[in-house]
Amino acid sequence: MLWKRKDLLGLEELTPEEIGFILSTAESFKEVTTREIKKVPALRGKTVVNLFYEPSTRTRISFEIAAKRLSADVINIATETSSVQKGETLIDTGTNIEALKADIIVMRHNCSGAAAILARHVGISVVNAGDGWHEHPTQALLDMFTLKEKLGRIKDMKVSIVGDIAHSRVARSNIWGLTKLGARVTVCAPPMLIPPGIERMGVSVTHRIEEALREADAVNVLRMQFERDTQGAFPLQLEYFQDFGITQERIQKAKKGILVMHPGPLNRGIEIESSVADGENSVILEQVTNGIAVRMAVLFLVSQGREQKNEDLN
Amino acid sequence: MKILIKHPRVIDPVQALDGVRDILIEHGKIKKVAEGLQDEAARVIDASGCIALPGLVDMHVHLREPGREDKETIASGTRAALFGGVTSVLAMPNTAPAIDSVAHIRLLKERIRKTAAANVYICAAITKGRQGKELTPFAQLKAEGALAISDDGSSVDSTALMFEAFKSAKEHDLLVICHCQDSALSGSGVVNLGFTSTRTGLRGISSESEFRRVERDLGLAAEAGARVHIAHVSCRESVALIAAAKKKGVRVTAETAPHYFTLTEESVLGYDTNMKMNPPLRSAEDRQALRQALGDGTIDIIASDHAPHTENEKEIEFERAEFGVIGLQTELSLAINELLEPGFLDWTGLVQRISLAPARVLGLHKGTLGIGVDADIVIVDPRKDWVVTKESLVSKSKNSSFLGKRLPGTVAYTICNGVLAYENQREAPQHPKGGG
Repeated sequence: MLWKRKDLLGLEELTPEEIGFILSTAESFKEVTTREIKKVPALRGKTVVNLFYEPSTRTRISFEIAAKRLSADVINIATETSSVQKGETLIDTGTNIEALKADIIVMRHNCSGAAAILARHVGISVVNAGDGWHEHPTQALLDMFTLKEKLGRIKDMKVSIVGDIAHSRVARSNIWGLTKLGARVTVCAPPMLIPPGIERMGVSVTHRIEEALREADAVNVLRMQFERDTQGAFPLQLEYFQDFGITQERIQKAKKGILVMHPGPLNRGIEIESSVADGENSVILEQVTNGIAVRMAVLFLVSQGREQKNEDLN
Repeated sequence: MKILIKHPRVIDPVQALDGVRDILIEHGKIKKVAEGLQDEAARVIDASGCIALPGLVDMHVHLREPGREDKETIASGTRAALFGGVTSVLAMPNTAPAIDSVAHIRLLKERIRKTAAANVYICAAITKGRQGKELTPFAQLKAEGALAISDDGSSVDSTALMFEAFKSAKEHDLLVICHCQDSALSGSGVVNLGFTSTRTGLRGISSESEFRRVERDLGLAAEAGARVHIAHVSCRESVALIAAAKKKGVRVTAETAPHYFTLTEESVLGYDTNMKMNPPLRSAEDRQALRQALGDGTIDIIASDHAPHTENEKEIEFERAEFGVIGLQTELSLAINELLEPGFLDWTGLVQRISLAPARVLGLHKGTLGIGVDADIVIVDPRKDWVVTKESLVSKSKNSSFLGKRLPGTVAYTICNGVLAYENQREAPQHPKGGG
């Protein structure tokens, strides 16, 4: 298949074929990362700008390594040290980066839709590295890549997502991606952390952790962001752990061989017990490793997509 | 100056008139409406195939003057009004400073007198500085010319103070216009709460935050016996509450804006900030309820809630962009497209909603083409479509939800106070002065 998109903004707008194509492209890049020399010239001469409006270590470093393995030049912009502090708008920052002849902007932003707005105003590629509560497509892709690698396929697999669904871009991207590829997705959280109408995204909802774990082939544990609570509506930390924490005891009662995933950073003892995070069901560090291959695939494809677009115009 | 309009289909609900007539205008008033009129001295407008309506009365307009002349001015806003067939507007008081004193009304009246291209009437604030703390001097404001009071943009959160406001408004026979929003419930939301907010990852504004406040204000107004007008109704629960209140004899009228009867929440999926307004676009069921309510008269009035904002305030992240869209130039075409053509209203009904009812609510002798009435007339060519573009919008701000859309019904001429104030594609050189 020929990749035609210049941007990756979310999984909602992708077809199942497109998602499958990213995953299979990532497989060939994963092979590269096992070589002695882990670098290919696919993006030689291209410049990738990491534009991060929110603090992030894991995602930014993962994108940086991915870009470097593709031989691209990488520039990191943290907004605390940029013109954004002087009041520059998102669109102005984007068009300036374009004028500097960069090829891809990888952006993390605290506003939902920021990547879509940027992509409308620049001709270069935009990769969404997380926008507000909206989407975090590369995280979901690496989660799906890991699932596929471990389980052999995604279709008909039962995946439960546990935690603050309402405020989670990881949850949304996973739901779109997994349901498009035919997985059966359950979301599990206290009622106030389930956003309205979520069933219409094709998932089942439960408020009981035992139910979410009973038949699941994998559980994706979200980070509980208690610091987000501004209305006093969140459950108490201790109460949350009692009712929803992923404990060794609960994993033992779950389906044998259940995969335990987490997008990081971990809150040990808050949403997941340390022994589970470090235990035999955990694939958390493999997710991190797979992130590089998936992001290499995404950077490579959007770069192709932009060239394809330009060709179509000419 | 005399004007003779030949052969339009004339719509006037007051005279139960819907037929081809000629209209003669003299000394700013309607002199005759009849067949076969002749006048050698008059300027003749051939309006064959066109429809002549009483000029639109838009009772919800933000002219932004004084204080935010970068967004809009009385001059630019009233020019946009004329382009849209609107001959009278009610200017909302959420300016800087807010219109909360006699001095501020005087200042505003002076600017209107000097710069308005159409009739501008004044709505004053309910509370000083629109802070929701202390009532403004209603009697003085009314004496100085305020036709209504509103803290539009916000709601008076204190139930006790709002009750006092209704009682005082009743005493002075002043219309209270309510922006119904319980901000404790709407929080920092930016789109309709529901599947759309979930899908976009944007914070939601529940219908409840609107209709709970509608319920409160209807109750308080009924208790006080005051006249209350519910602004920009967006959801079906509010419609039901208004219908029930009317049945009980509460002195309530209500308006909705074209974006609410045209669009749904799905329009925000692309994060287009020209789809961001308060209250937010709601569901398809809400839109349907609003159309039906306009059809059956539960909602009496169409008003634009014309809310100009600069590009700097709109071309940014959705959550950070200002609420509000412009609408003076598009409201007639949207009403034709969404209400007339699908059959919710006929021309007579449309004139009632967009011209006669608001005139009556504000106590203006307008919204009709009776003999001796101010000659405010819009002549529409229903055969001609037009495309909404930044160039075709003459408002200072271009934040329309309908950019790029082709709409039916082109305003061919707008006559304001007996003067030909707008002629399609070019304005007439002479400008009438606004009253108010």
